[in-house]
Amino acid sequence: MQYLDNYLQSKGGYDYTNVKRNELMKAQGFKEMPFTKTGTTIVGVIFDGGVVMAADTRATAGSIVADKNCEKLHPLAPNIWAAGAGTAADLHHQCAHFNAKLKLQRLNLNRQSRVNEVITKLTTKLFPYRGHIGVALIIGGIDSNGPQLASVSPHGNYVYHPFQSMGSGSLAALGILEAKFQDGLTKQQAIDLAIEAIEAGIFHDMGSGSNVDVVAITKEGVDYRRNIRQYNAKSHQKQIPYQFPANNTPALRKFEFNFEKQELSEVGQEMEIVE
Amino acid sequence: MSGIFEYNGGSIVGMKGKNCIAMACDRRFGQQMSTITTNYQKVFKIQDNILLALSGLNSDIHTFYALMEKEINLYNLKENRKMKPTTFANLVASALYERRFGPFFVTPIVAGLENGKPILATYDSIGCKSDLDDFQVGGTGGNYIYGACEAFFKPDLSPEELEEVIGQSLVSGCDRDSLSGWGGVVYVLTEQKLTVKILKTKQT
Repeated sequence: MQYLDNYLQSKGGYDYTNVKRNELMKAQGFKEMPFTKTGTTIVGVIFDGGVVMAADTRATAGSIVADKNCEKLHPLAPNIWAAGAGTAADLHHQCAHFNAKLKLQRLNLNRQSRVNEVITKLTTKLFPYRGHIGVALIIGGIDSNGPQLASVSPHGNYVYHPFQSMGSGSLAALGILEAKFQDGLTKQQAIDLAIEAIEAGIFHDMGSGSNVDVVAITKEGVDYRRNIRQYNAKSHQKQIPYQFPANNTPALRKFEFNFEKQELSEVGQEMEIVE
Repeated sequence: MSGIFEYNGGSIVGMKGKNCIAMACDRRFGQQMSTITTNYQKVFKIQDNILLALSGLNSDIHTFYALMEKEINLYNLKENRKMKPTTFANLVASALYERRFGPFFVTPIVAGLENGKPILATYDSIGCKSDLDDFQVGGTGGNYIYGACEAFFKPDLSPEELEEVIGQSLVSGCDRDSLSGWGGVVYVLTEQKLTVKILKTKQT
């Protein structure tokens, strides 16, 4: 069976060995646990000389808040960022994958990455999976064709538009954007508009919440502001902080294992070559 | 017939302290409403400075642990060095995402110490890593333990205090979950010592 292991190892990509078992379990009536979704409100706005993208920071698993301060803005290239809504695991791993793929391409071709390259690569990957890879992205960046903003849906559809919003809070954000967007905004105006749109999502949509992250991309570089607004910081301190005395919890048995301090290095020791 | 994650039951929790980390788990192994054993191991020592806690379907706990053990052994042999906790945390995320369309029914928590700095990460069943909070929970009793953790936890606790806080959070949380309990085990890891304490809990 080892040859099979090696063959599967070298193929890469997804591993489908558990699918049959899981389908059988579902047929017997077991329900799966919900994946961490990002609910989310994400927006993108083009301004004079660049692109601004903003996102909220709540990740949900069903109706529980799984992460109060997750990062939804992912860098794909030094001049291109992605904001993601949908299944959190898919977003994180697909963005990491494209980041690596684009970097490899830049090293090979010695050229800056372009937004339309990202869109093409993404959509050609997503379409064959028929929407099962749950990523809804807003891609924004600045390249030789100027500032560009596009949104990609999980099935592989893409749209270029000067302002975009995606996620469960997109309708709330779209209201603000449709009312207040104009051509020829300045960078600060665009940032303020994006923050206002995310605010609408945070307060009106249950799937979005916590803080706002913003990234502004211009020819000069990237300005990433993590938690630029925090609406829901803990407003009170515990009055009587709990203080447990030592050995308060009764134990049946207790073991101690001592070991040497771990030396963690980047490079292993040279191996001896035995002639 | 409830969820796949509720079939065996169990709860796990991990916390960060000052240059130390702690993990705790219950000891029940059940099949829906019956309890089979009360000494099932759910926290595994991957390396001297890395602990892996798993909750969910017990057969997948066992399989996933064996897979991670294989990966780290191969890494040690190939690279001739110890794996860093952040590397292991990313490895777990990739291993889970590899099975995106046929996932393992486990929700792992990884905890480790990297040159004195505590590392803690949790995942959903398909590899969404979340490593920002100071405590993480998993399993059927996880949501109840969340409440206890929010109340008892303080940042930068010493190893002795952390042992108490995590023990009390686990016991309080498991009291409210019928599928978790029957004993608790607390692991506290510092740079040179691992302390394992078996707690007495309500025998129900």
